[in-house]
Amino acid sequence: MNKLSLLTNGIIKENPVLILLLGTCPTLAVTTSAVNGLGMGVSTMAVLISSNIVIALLKNIIPDKVRIPSFIVVIAGFVTIVGLLLQAYAPEINEALGLFIPLIVVNCIILGRAEMFASKNKVADAAFDGIGMGLGFTFALFLMGSIRELVGSGAWMGIKLTAELFDPISVFMLAPGAFFTYGCLVALINYLSQGKAIKKTEFGCANCASAASCQLAGKGGCE
Amino acid sequence: MQEMMIILFSAILVNNFVLVKFLGICPFLGVSKKMDSAVGMSLAVIFVMVLAKAVTYPIQTGLLVPLQIGYLQTIVFILIIAALVQLVEITLKRYVPALHQSLGVYLPLITTNCAVLGVTILNIDEKYTFFQSLLNSFGAGVGFLLALVLFSGIRQRIENNDFPAAFKGVPAVLIAASIVSLSFMGFSGVIDGLFGH
Repeated sequence: MNKLSLLTNGIIKENPVLILLLGTCPTLAVTTSAVNGLGMGVSTMAVLISSNIVIALLKNIIPDKVRIPSFIVVIAGFVTIVGLLLQAYAPEINEALGLFIPLIVVNCIILGRAEMFASKNKVADAAFDGIGMGLGFTFALFLMGSIRELVGSGAWMGIKLTAELFDPISVFMLAPGAFFTYGCLVALINYLSQGKAIKKTEFGCANCASAASCQLAGKGGCE
Repeated sequence: MQEMMIILFSAILVNNFVLVKFLGICPFLGVSKKMDSAVGMSLAVIFVMVLAKAVTYPIQTGLLVPLQIGYLQTIVFILIIAALVQLVEITLKRYVPALHQSLGVYLPLITTNCAVLGVTILNIDEKYTFFQSLLNSFGAGVGFLLALVLFSGIRQRIENNDFPAAFKGVPAVLIAASIVSLSFMGFSGVIDGLFGH
């Protein structure tokens, strides 16, 4: 695969949120505004690129049997660094994202890419994969955040747009609105691609980060 | 006593981990297709949540805080949870094979379940005491069970409904989750009503 297709793969063809349906927790939780979505996307992208590079560098050193815990330690280290950087330089974003910053550790996109891509490919390819997947994640969160902020509070990026014209539908800022917006976005992609884009019609084992350590993977899984 | 009840009920109903706080969405959507797997997964989650809290609390207060290495919290906690899950699985397999048969299959999935790591960190942010933390973890687990069981019942009913083609599958599940979550918002005043705060 050349570098460009590695990049676009993550953004469009295998968008982690909209096509692979991974990382659903932060997608739903922090997208109350476009800025928050962007902040979460960029933080996750930073962790993803760094951990992809380090894991690709260490792939011949890490013993196969303890690879999952080793990946988790690498990822947790970078999450701590990103958390401290946010605390120092972007305290507002840090406040808004709160608990979901340390929870980047258990974001299945990162562990999934480490297991499925970084540990089997060259360093440069892993870096590009990280950038592509990270951009795809950021784009999806920004989109979700924009829709919810516009419909739920009549503003976008903090600028008032439609708030004066009609009353905002404030439930879009709350939990039900998050599920609803995500459901509609996935339906839209289904419609545009005539059902071809989303390969897994259910949340199955195919993209689960734990698939490697799960004894039931491939045998029907959790179903 | 009243304070304990408030912690328990708000963890189960008002601040439901899945439907209000968005923790553990993956298993909520992935394991809720059949009722028995929903119950099995939830029981495993309750068990690991309480156990993880019981182990991480003394480590936080006895080790991380006195040594002023609180910034290592994320790394230490996720490793403890991963090790704990492995330990529970091995112990169950060796001594209680029957339980391992029914719950063990869900254990590897719990390591990367953000609800477990989330509850251990949240309790520390809330500055709960040891017992309050355990209670809150238990309540969070029961809330997870409640959400999963309710939702798997709903999913079985909408399975064969006639949706527009684009909404078939995942989007329909997400819209249904939205409605369940909307109904849980009705609980937001229940604590004030019950305990008069």
